[in-house]
Amino acid sequence: MASNAAHRTRRRALKWLHFFGLFLAMMVLCVPGLWVVLNSFRPTVEIMAKPPVWIPNELNLDHYRAMFGGVGEGGVPVLTYFRNSLIISVTSTVIALLVGMSGGYAFARFRFKGKAWIFVGLMCTRAVPGVALSLPLFIIFARVGIIDTHFGMILTYVAMNVPFTIWLIDGFFRQIPPSLAEAAQIDGCTRWQAFWQVEFPVAKAGIASAGIFAFLTSWNEYALASQLTRSVTSKTMPVGLLDFQAEFTLNWGGMCALAVLMIIPALILTFLVQKHLIAGLTFGGVKG
Amino acid sequence: MAQVHLRDVVKNYGPLEVVHSINLDIADNEFVVLVGPSGCGKSTTLRMIAGLEEISGGEIFIGDNVVNDLPPRERNISMVFQNYALYPHMTVRENLGFSLKIAKRPQAEIDKAVDEAAEILSLTPLLDRKPGALSGGQRQRVAMGRAIVRHPDVFLFDEPLSNLDAKLRTQMRVEIKKLHQKVRSTIVYVTHDQVEAMTLADRIVIMRDGHIEQIGTPLDVFENPVNTFVATFIGSPPMNLLNGVVRDGAVVLEDGTTVPVPPGYQAREGQAVQLGMRADNVMPVGHSLPPTEHMAQIEMDVNLTEPLGTETLLFAELAGAEVQAKMLNPRPVEAGERMTFQVMLDKCHLFDAESGAALRG
Repeated sequence: MASNAAHRTRRRALKWLHFFGLFLAMMVLCVPGLWVVLNSFRPTVEIMAKPPVWIPNELNLDHYRAMFGGVGEGGVPVLTYFRNSLIISVTSTVIALLVGMSGGYAFARFRFKGKAWIFVGLMCTRAVPGVALSLPLFIIFARVGIIDTHFGMILTYVAMNVPFTIWLIDGFFRQIPPSLAEAAQIDGCTRWQAFWQVEFPVAKAGIASAGIFAFLTSWNEYALASQLTRSVTSKTMPVGLLDFQAEFTLNWGGMCALAVLMIIPALILTFLVQKHLIAGLTFGGVKG
Repeated sequence: MAQVHLRDVVKNYGPLEVVHSINLDIADNEFVVLVGPSGCGKSTTLRMIAGLEEISGGEIFIGDNVVNDLPPRERNISMVFQNYALYPHMTVRENLGFSLKIAKRPQAEIDKAVDEAAEILSLTPLLDRKPGALSGGQRQRVAMGRAIVRHPDVFLFDEPLSNLDAKLRTQMRVEIKKLHQKVRSTIVYVTHDQVEAMTLADRIVIMRDGHIEQIGTPLDVFENPVNTFVATFIGSPPMNLLNGVVRDGAVVLEDGTTVPVPPGYQAREGQAVQLGMRADNVMPVGHSLPPTEHMAQIEMDVNLTEPLGTETLLFAELAGAEVQAKMLNPRPVEAGERMTFQVMLDKCHLFDAESGAALRG
């Protein structure tokens, strides 16, 4: 009996320890985000207060109002930045996915000369930090005349994302047995139909996750964008954050408000696609 | 009409030739089983008929047409894969109707064909499930259903039962045979399991290393194997083979035991041979079938017994080789017991020791 009770106490203690550990981990992940959201809603005095004010006394939309307001009142062209970000991220993601799908499929299904080396080469491009390329890219883009354009940014992000999407999508196609496409061909499909009717829908979940990664990379990228965009014609939201930085002051509240606006679409997208990810029941069509 | 003819069909992978110029004629509505050990080229042959592998040489006819260069979709065939290859994102209904949908048939016709196939294979209650929610046997039936909805000229089966457990396999074997009786059609079936081959086939094609060793009805290949490979591959337990030399019209085994040359076989004096006898034809005296005209008697020590109920399998030793024998109306046998066995000579075989070929007279 006694050992039974001791056992139960121990189990309960372990459970609480487990919760505590999880709580700590979640705190590390969530508190910065929470802080950003909180700061976007409260006056600058409170943001700068020392010691920090955890429970806000007053919440208002002042920073948002100012951000969308006129230039003189601390306003920034949020909508333009948002549009730039959207155009650049969506286009580069779509292109990266198309190239990734073709490349990933080729790597997964076909045998060709130098396959292993091409694959390693693609991976190596990921080893180069993006910032290291900013100066050469700047010079080339300036010469070619695509500096400060959507096109230039899209090109950059496609190049950044393609090796990754190829690698990810290759893995998903690899998991689909070739016999599925063969069965489709016997059922009357052309090679092309077999891909779109069978292999693509089955790999959809994987392709969607590659899409999220590519989108978030472009959406959040700062280092290269800050060099290659100059004006409102192509500045993306992360670069726009710097508009809140003056010579001697930092408008933390405004920055946080813009950051929240940046986070929201990314969150929405992730939630939307997450459903797809869960629905992806790749297996079951082939043996038990 | 859907005969299938293979004429000198060759398959190379680079310099490696895996199928060597095979010829095969399959009649309309015939159930032909390609059987052989793994790597013998049987699956490759099937995939060449399907159009999933290119043909390196020769010609394949389906009906009266050469189909060498036709893609799979234009051959009017259907195929059941070893891993079923069901489309995981579609329901059973959509899986069954897929080929008709691709062919742009009217929805009413698709529904009718799907219902019919579902009826034949008792899949009706499962029509709205996805493959992931089915058991192995059910998936197997869906795969067969998908094959029959479009009434193809030829059905191809690529080891369709090898992912099922033993009991289900026996059950599905019967279903496939029934299916063939219901949906009269030409079937080419690949397996490595000789029992499946024997039970299903109208004719068996035994392959080894990219060559066809023998083609014949199940009984024919069982009773008249052309070489030792076929003799040991077909039938369970495998045929006993004993090394010996022919002297004075009898086979002298290595330990001096003599057995007359089986009727219907001929060998040169002094020729090195292998005597083949199945366990069913070696039985202990008093526990055997009634004696016939051609009988021989041999004495052997029994090493091991396997009681199976109605009969007992005896493992004995003769001339340094293991011989399996059958005992009808079994009585308990001690290991080491010396027994006299009757050999039904007219059921025995004689092969050349070197080439393995049967020495038919």
